[in-house]
Amino acid sequence: MDFLAKEHIMLQKMYREFTENEVKPLAHELDEQERFPVETVGKLAKYGFLGIPFPKEYGGQGGDSLGYTMAVEELSKACATTGVVLSAHVSLCAAPIYEYGTEEQKQKYLVPLAKGEKLGAFGLTEPNAGTDAAGQQTTAELDGDYYILNGSKIFITNAGYADIYIVMAITDKSKGTKGISAFIVEKYFPGFGIGKKEAKMGIRGSSTCELIFENCKVPKENLLGKEGKGFTVAMKTLDGGRIGIAAQALGIAQGAINETVTYVKERRQFGRPIAKFQNTQFQLADMQTKVDAARLLVYRAARLKDSKQPYTVAAAQAKLFAAEVAMEVTTKAVQLHGGYGYTREYPVERMMRDAKITEIYEGTSEVQKMVIAANILK
Amino acid sequence: MNIVVCIKQVPDTNEVKLDPKTGTLIREGVPSIINPDDKSGLEAALKLKDQLGAHVTVLSMGPPQADAALREALAMGADEAILLSDRAFGGADTWATSSTLAAALRKIKYDLIITGRQAIDGDTAQVGPQIAEHLGLPQVSYVEDLSVEGASIIVKRIFEDGYHKIKVKLPCLITALKEMSIPRYMTVGLVYDAYREKEVKIWTLRDIEDTVDKSNIGLKGSPTKVKASFTKGAKTAGKVHNVDAREAAKIIVEKLLEKYIIS
Amino acid sequence: MSIANYRGVWVFAEQRGGEIQKVSLELLGKGKELAEQLGENLTAVILGNGIKDRAKELIYYGADKVIVVDNELLDIYTTEPYTKVLAEIINERKPEIVLIGATSIGRDLAPRVSARVATGLTADCTSLKIDEETRNLLMTRPAFGGNIMATIICPNHRPQMSTVRPGVMQKLARDESRTLDIEEYPVQLTPADINVEILEVVKETKQKINIEDASILVSGGRGVGKPENFKLLEELAHKLGGLVSASRAAVDAGWIEHNRQVGQTGKTVRPDLYLACGISGAIQHVAGMEESECIIAVNTNPDAPIFEVADLGIVGDVTKVIPALIEELRILKASNK
Repeated sequence: MDFLAKEHIMLQKMYREFTENEVKPLAHELDEQERFPVETVGKLAKYGFLGIPFPKEYGGQGGDSLGYTMAVEELSKACATTGVVLSAHVSLCAAPIYEYGTEEQKQKYLVPLAKGEKLGAFGLTEPNAGTDAAGQQTTAELDGDYYILNGSKIFITNAGYADIYIVMAITDKSKGTKGISAFIVEKYFPGFGIGKKEAKMGIRGSSTCELIFENCKVPKENLLGKEGKGFTVAMKTLDGGRIGIAAQALGIAQGAINETVTYVKERRQFGRPIAKFQNTQFQLADMQTKVDAARLLVYRAARLKDSKQPYTVAAAQAKLFAAEVAMEVTTKAVQLHGGYGYTREYPVERMMRDAKITEIYEGTSEVQKMVIAANILK
Repeated sequence: MNIVVCIKQVPDTNEVKLDPKTGTLIREGVPSIINPDDKSGLEAALKLKDQLGAHVTVLSMGPPQADAALREALAMGADEAILLSDRAFGGADTWATSSTLAAALRKIKYDLIITGRQAIDGDTAQVGPQIAEHLGLPQVSYVEDLSVEGASIIVKRIFEDGYHKIKVKLPCLITALKEMSIPRYMTVGLVYDAYREKEVKIWTLRDIEDTVDKSNIGLKGSPTKVKASFTKGAKTAGKVHNVDAREAAKIIVEKLLEKYIIS
Repeated sequence: MSIANYRGVWVFAEQRGGEIQKVSLELLGKGKELAEQLGENLTAVILGNGIKDRAKELIYYGADKVIVVDNELLDIYTTEPYTKVLAEIINERKPEIVLIGATSIGRDLAPRVSARVATGLTADCTSLKIDEETRNLLMTRPAFGGNIMATIICPNHRPQMSTVRPGVMQKLARDESRTLDIEEYPVQLTPADINVEILEVVKETKQKINIEDASILVSGGRGVGKPENFKLLEELAHKLGGLVSASRAAVDAGWIEHNRQVGQTGKTVRPDLYLACGISGAIQHVAGMEESECIIAVNTNPDAPIFEVADLGIVGDVTKVIPALIEELRILKASNK
């Protein structure tokens, strides 16, 4: 994009080199074996990916949201699993501590997260509280110096591999969403456990598990934000997270186009490369135009966040559009690959499976539409 | 320890394609990169920075766009960057290029100068040794391994049929092979720093005029001239022969000889 | 500089351990042709320790005269003493042209010498001609990774220096009847002229094992027929100094290990030579090798898609063509000796 600053163009180059050499070669294997990319997380830490938008004094890279968003995009071009590992860590765990944490909490948790010494995750969804996030059942009761957490969370990205979890629990049942509070939970706190691992359609290398709290003792200084402000913390956090997921969708879509471009130039039918056929050309033109439009929306949302302007609606629009484009473009990419596209020898079938989740998690497309419509009709 | 690494921004020749119709080079949209041998040398210097706290300066001669190559070097961890850029330097052959770089090096503190063995666009391998000659420094080219021992370095110098382990006193110049090291990636924070906190110093002819003879720079100062250039022509599907095995073997051998694969 | 004072064609005769390098003999062949065109003599210069008796070989291969510098400090090549001696003789005798083999020694020495005698140097030439009008040497060389050829001249400086790629020029037939004209050139070298210390000299030819690094690949597919036939490919690869790779069909059949596989689910390679043996050229395979510098395909099926990307195609049975090729290479090698 022409409007990118030089540092963003250089970041893009760096992300691409890293992705090409460190991420792409693993993508197929991670998917086939449903294996979490432990080795990649170490490399992401080494080169600063895990702390891009945070100030240097908190162990970060002193960058911005756009630079971070582009990182998720570039990683996801080759491997959506790696993209979501980064997105969940930065957007859903480190970011709320940076936004709402006390100085002590930032020193204790944000610094190691931003440096990449620790990996982060976020727990909101419950078996009976998906889109209706207010229907939380996990409870937190203050008992002396500790909150005692009971209940469970499901579909938690990075679970089992993360060291630090942001967890929502009810501190006052009578107050509805205003009775929900946010906590910083370390993996070895007594009473905290990892439950069942989900078998998924896509992003199969990412870890998606249940979190179980059985009289889990959380020191009261690990309350994130004020008591009763947990729902706000969660919603604001998801606003940021949506930019990350939109970037993931964008990356998947662009990755599928790139694979398709290579393929249609090589694949010959009726005596010439299928790139010479008008159907191929028109399909690709549509695909790339939509992806570029998605990119503008995604970068706009990141830019608004960087300039401290409201970005909730922009993030919702970016995620809605980018996710739908990702699904459409990957489906077309498989079609352009024909029979080969349906086999696991080519990456587009994986991309198509990976794309689907972007329409679902961190707010389904329908939730995004609710957010957008509410803003139009306010 | 002060190390200066000379780098060149080059078109990624792996990405250079020939126009199938005209047989000319398509340069448009070809990304620019740090020459691979130079980047390997830069990595070797950065390793010495990690180990010994060496101060690493990157030096390049080129058009203003070469700024990006130097920023990339800063984002990998180099401490300082200098770009020699002046219309007067343009059109230089290896003699004029090495004269210009040597003039700049006379103004920079160094114990060790590292250049790449050769650039992928020119493939001459001449600038490094010529700089060493201008500065009167010992040189070792084709270096695959480097370590510091007191006031000397020990290098592995590669030949077609083996290698020498060589000890050279500092200051000296080495030319690095791509195989010497695998360059690190840039680090995110250093990319931001490279643009927001650091600078690429631009040196023009004026900055080096007291250390260079002006008759030795640029196109005018170049003893060699390009008289003509041409492409080898577009690649088309080759001939297919349906002959017996002996005849086929002869045809293959002919092709191998023509392509200098055997001799 | 009065360039008219510079006369004659010189070849730097590179020796290693007393053995004259083949490229130097090739340069004598080319140098002879250039000298005759100019109406001048061809001189070979050889530096080393205990190499006097090698000088006559250079005459046999075309030199009119040989300058020998025999000194114990020139025993193993190091840059400075070789540069000092060669630059000194050039400055004194003023040749018009100096040719040096583009080996890892020649490409270290030539730039240093050219800078010391303050003249131009053209690297890694593949063609040399004389411009009849100007007597200038026309030096043609590849650039841009071989995508472009450039012809370089050095009009106002002498000598005109060039390094020349090994294997390109033709050496002359050895002729023992030629008249010997050998001059021993005395030089003053002191240990202080050696500014590097050689700690260890190791001879080895590198065995590359990674197909992505190999410059020559002999690749087998289903058409190889059975695993034992891969031995033929091994033998050929060994002769050419390359490695054996394979298509997915051969890997899936268990004839060869997976790390040798080229293509979509294997590796992408870009060697100087890709010899596709019994590979049909499915799109997944071609994607992994089409950027190779030179592709030669052998396949029994004249309509195999591999022929569309090949620079040279042979319709034939791998098990017959490859042994014939190995034999042909053996004959060639024998005749070279």
